Amino acid sequence: METIQNKAAADTSEITSEMALVQAAKKGDLEAFSQLVQLYDRNVFRIAQHITHNEEDAQDVVQEAFLKAYTNLDQFQGNSKFYTWLVRIAVNEALMKLRKRRTGKTVSLDDDVETEEGAMPREVADWSPNPEQIYGQTELGDILKKTIQGLPPGFRTVFVLRDVEGLSTEETAETLGLSVPAVKSRLLRARLQLRERLGKFFNSRKGGDGKQ
Amino acid sequence: MKCTQFLNELTDYLDGTSSALLREELDEHLQWCHDCRVVMNTTKKTIEIYRDNKLYELPEQLRVNLQQAIIARCKGKGNVSPK
Repeated sequence: METIQNKAAADTSEITSEMALVQAAKKGDLEAFSQLVQLYDRNVFRIAQHITHNEEDAQDVVQEAFLKAYTNLDQFQGNSKFYTWLVRIAVNEALMKLRKRRTGKTVSLDDDVETEEGAMPREVADWSPNPEQIYGQTELGDILKKTIQGLPPGFRTVFVLRDVEGLSTEETAETLGLSVPAVKSRLLRARLQLRERLGKFFNSRKGGDGKQ
Repeated sequence: MKCTQFLNELTDYLDGTSSALLREELDEHLQWCHDCRVVMNTTKKTIEIYRDNKLYELPEQLRVNLQQAIIARCKGKGNVSPK
């Protein structure tokens, strides 16, 4: 069984080997950089898809983000994790793509965050015991995608980094250039809005007459 | 404690980052407030569902192609500033 100490040791060695790869890549070692790409390409793709909602754009973001990271590696100081630094580049690239798709409309992480929607729960009915099992895998995936796509970019980006990709609150704040309280407030509202919207699908009274 | 106060603390409560004293108060609120208990449980479930069902997995062939394209483009650029 894995102990906490073992886990900590594994984390440390992961960071050490990541730093070694970054150092080698800084000197132009493309094999080392290729290993960094393989470590994080799936995460970058997922984050880009969540922000852009477009597979072609997400592919471009993966390419541009890694290319930018490679050409600017000398600016990476090592004060943060390489991954956090990379995600910051990727989020900016993804937001740029989103802006291009919505020509004439500016898109930033601050869009729609002033809305009061989701601040207070309206629906407090309980969910079915195993809500995911009501639907097949594909249908569930579609529901989850549609639901998260309905959130403003500033909310869904915070939720994806913090709750899906597992960055800490501090790392999320650093990555997005937000304060820790701003991340917490957006995270709360993102979580509550998603909960409210998913309730329509997972409500234990689903299919009933809507009365308790 | 009022429900609005509980909701304001919900994120820290779910992340386990509330102080011990505050956590006690929040637990006590949950004891008697059915609505907050439902909101807490379903919010927790919301996070779990999104964490466990990762959307947008990168297909393997596309992944290989992207990796090759990235490395080819890096070769063209180089990251060492010309002296």
